[in-house]
Amino acid sequence: MLTLTLLGLLFLLILGIAAPFLRPERLALRAVHGGVGGFALAFGIAASVRVVAGGEVTELELPLGLPWMGAHFRLDDLAAFFMAAINLATAMVMVFADGYAARQPEPARALAPLPVFLAACNLVLLANDAFVFVLAWELMSIASWLLVLANHRDGACRHAAYVYLVMASLSVLLLLLAFGALAGAGGDYRFAALREATERPALATLAVVLAMLGAGSKAGLAPLHVWLPLAHPAAPSHVSALLSGVMVKVAIYGLTRFLFDLAGAPSWWWGVALIVVGASSALLGILYALMQRDLKRLLAYSTIENVGIIAFALGLSLSFRANELFDLSALALAAALAHVLNHAFFKSLLFCGAGVILEATRLRDIEHMGGLVRRMPYTSLFMLMGALAAAGLPPLNGFVSKWLVFQSVFASSSLTDNLPRLVVPLMGAVLALAAALSAAGFVRAFGLTFLGRPRSEAAAKAVEPGGAMPTGLALLAGICLLLGVVPVLGLALAESAAHGVIGVALPVGAVGGIFLAPLGTGGAAYAGLLVFLVVLGLALGTRALLGRLWPERRRRAAAWDCGFPDPSPATQYTASGFSQPLRRVFATSVFRARETVDMPPPGDERPARLEVRLVDPAWDWGVEPLRRAVEAVTLGLNALQFLSIRRYLSLMFGALVVLLLVVAAQQ
Amino acid sequence: MIQAAITSIGLQLLHFMVALASAPLLVGSTRFAKSRLQGRRGASPIQPYRDLLRLMRKETVLAHDASWIFRITPYLVFALMAAAAGMVPMFALDLPLASIGDLIAIVALLATARFFQALAGLDIGTAFGGMGASRDALIGSLAEPAVLMVAFAVALVAGTTALPAIVRFVLSGGVGVEVSLALALIALVIVAIAENGRIPVDNPATHLELTMVHEAMVLEYSGRDLALIEAAQMLKLLVFVSLIASLFAPWGLAVAADGFDFAELLGGMAVFVLHLLAAALLIAVFEVSVAKMRVFRVVEFLGAAFILAVLAVVFRFVTDVS
Repeated sequence: MLTLTLLGLLFLLILGIAAPFLRPERLALRAVHGGVGGFALAFGIAASVRVVAGGEVTELELPLGLPWMGAHFRLDDLAAFFMAAINLATAMVMVFADGYAARQPEPARALAPLPVFLAACNLVLLANDAFVFVLAWELMSIASWLLVLANHRDGACRHAAYVYLVMASLSVLLLLLAFGALAGAGGDYRFAALREATERPALATLAVVLAMLGAGSKAGLAPLHVWLPLAHPAAPSHVSALLSGVMVKVAIYGLTRFLFDLAGAPSWWWGVALIVVGASSALLGILYALMQRDLKRLLAYSTIENVGIIAFALGLSLSFRANELFDLSALALAAALAHVLNHAFFKSLLFCGAGVILEATRLRDIEHMGGLVRRMPYTSLFMLMGALAAAGLPPLNGFVSKWLVFQSVFASSSLTDNLPRLVVPLMGAVLALAAALSAAGFVRAFGLTFLGRPRSEAAAKAVEPGGAMPTGLALLAGICLLLGVVPVLGLALAESAAHGVIGVALPVGAVGGIFLAPLGTGGAAYAGLLVFLVVLGLALGTRALLGRLWPERRRRAAAWDCGFPDPSPATQYTASGFSQPLRRVFATSVFRARETVDMPPPGDERPARLEVRLVDPAWDWGVEPLRRAVEAVTLGLNALQFLSIRRYLSLMFGALVVLLLVVAAQQ
Repeated sequence: MIQAAITSIGLQLLHFMVALASAPLLVGSTRFAKSRLQGRRGASPIQPYRDLLRLMRKETVLAHDASWIFRITPYLVFALMAAAAGMVPMFALDLPLASIGDLIAIVALLATARFFQALAGLDIGTAFGGMGASRDALIGSLAEPAVLMVAFAVALVAGTTALPAIVRFVLSGGVGVEVSLALALIALVIVAIAENGRIPVDNPATHLELTMVHEAMVLEYSGRDLALIEAAQMLKLLVFVSLIASLFAPWGLAVAADGFDFAELLGGMAVFVLHLLAAALLIAVFEVSVAKMRVFRVVEFLGAAFILAVLAVVFRFVTDVS
């Protein structure tokens, strides 16, 4: 299967190269989206079968790349699980893209990088040496950078792509150094050799820190998340879906591979670091999402929240592992992986839905939307399902993985290290807060977008597109519901992968049948199907019973609104108004939210204005000082560019002497 | 086998009927006790039944802008609350429905109801609906983590989040007087007050628009839809009262697993009625003795619940050196 997959990836690369030469454009779009979708579907199905059936680990060495090393590939449970997650999501997004991309101003610009992107993502998963891994990682970054740049005529988009490129380079640099530190002076970069590497603890620690920073920044963990809310929304919506649904997952794969596989037995602090970073990313991400007016940026911030939840569960799993509680470690890892799978689908759904809204109204600011539920009934239904999933509410799939994460948090009292014992409950509380805020955030996102009265001409005249776009949404929404109502499907995949990594299976009965009982039968259980059927049955039964008892009389009239309905849609609650209480409670300190009210005196005809300013602490205290430092250093070094030849020669001589001295000192 | 299945389904149906029948009584007796404490005569405790019946028969007036979300919400919210009520022990343990979800799932059902209620508030596009939804989002985002933390504290003591197992553990006397449980109890009571829109967080009897939270969200509902929402709200109060009772004072519950004893069942009913009356009296005393808070003071009130619940968990972690 590995060979076949690699051949498929080669075809994708060729498709990417051929795409710009295909004419006419309509055909090129069909060919690329069809090709990418078809390959993704094949990879996804093959990989899921591989995970569930539990095939052998296959390895392959090709005489490519560095002559003394070759290129190594490997397909194991973890790689196969991520392949299944990202490819199945990609296949469905491609259905949507088939209808969506043709309506973009320059659809051909996003064509060539698309197959390359998918090939690179899969290649990262299959890499079995650091060289192939970093090369594929960089290819993925560049392909996605080109995808972000698809709307290159927009200045904000160019800026986003630039920031993204810088952060992606930083991430790959950190990963390179991480691999270097792990391999040590021996310089054997095969993963098999890295696993065996027994370097000095200081170097191994450095490698883990670098890998957390490198993969974490690509995944969008705070405080290295600043590029994500810029880059993800700037791209066309199907690409946004791929970036948030797929690429972020590949970064999480990198993190998982490094921490669970390559770096050896975990120290106690790895888990604690990930737990703290994960919980704070979750809280910061959702708080920021609550303040956003731009629908796609809101979704991007919600991605940060979900990545935080995943990182939290990974950290918990590492902590359990460090305490040799392997069954709980497998549970937490399965929870993290289940959330990877679920988030891939529901975030793709939400971004594609945002794309439909963008197409229908040309609007991204939710302050100008409203009333779309009447103009776009199908989109609103699918987006409602996506919002419920993102808010982590039953019966959708988001609830299942959050439930599993909380189950593993609740089992944390068996930890024996002291610091994790203190950190886990506190950070668990932060995670609970983030989970509750996400429900508020998606009430706001859905309610202000689809409900109420249209707040602008464009929203009032929106027309729901037909064809492939709603089909794509329906597929994604269907999967979200299926994974929520029959959670065994997703958890079986996650559990097999976690089993492969940790080496311990979850208790018998944990993933069998309709009951999900992660701690074994007799413990806490959740039966999504039964909950769904009971609630549905009660609702329909109540309706039927009441209709029989007292025939319903129904009349349409003007809204009541305490007797003074105002016909102007401007009197409705706004998105900023909706989040104002939450902003006052949570954002005043974290984001230094400030409101300035400009109320003109009587007689003055200026409109009153209320302005809200927020700052992202990661920009002000993280990126900005770093940028200034880099600028200062480069300006300083600039002086070296205008020296005389004599000085250059003496500098070179000096450098040589210093190096010789260092070598001499070492021996 | 078949007989056991029939018995447990019968128990579940009986449980549903008792829950539906007693929820209005709880609200009615609370109002009655409150008005007596305030020196008024007050309406009879069965007044809520009359109100519900009257609303059920009335014509439903829908705003022109109401969408399908507004129309399904009453049924959905009622069904979610009824499902939650079906999972919490009231007079008997070992309900078949209790096995389909644990404490977290019950909290999630309530959160889903809140989600749809807030959406319905935004649906008509009036200022009051939006205001109610916005304030409810604030209250919910502090109350839900507090409940989750209470569940965490209780799960640490009992070793599981499955409600019947926790209750069984408490009944078996495996738990003494514990600081962490006391803190969890206080936190849960505060949350129950806030979640049910009681004074000092919200006033269920208010007709002053600017102070309303829940009432503002459901302002546009009338007739049957309003009846369902009111019934759901009554069920919610019942769910919280039974939850607190079954977690912290479950003595007297009929344990159905050891056979279906009629006398035991009657005893469970008696204890349940006692719980309800005690809750009604306590709520009434509390409500007449405090004043309603400003919206932003609610944050401190609920924040205290959250901190207490977190403290309960941390205490448990610190004291438990297994």
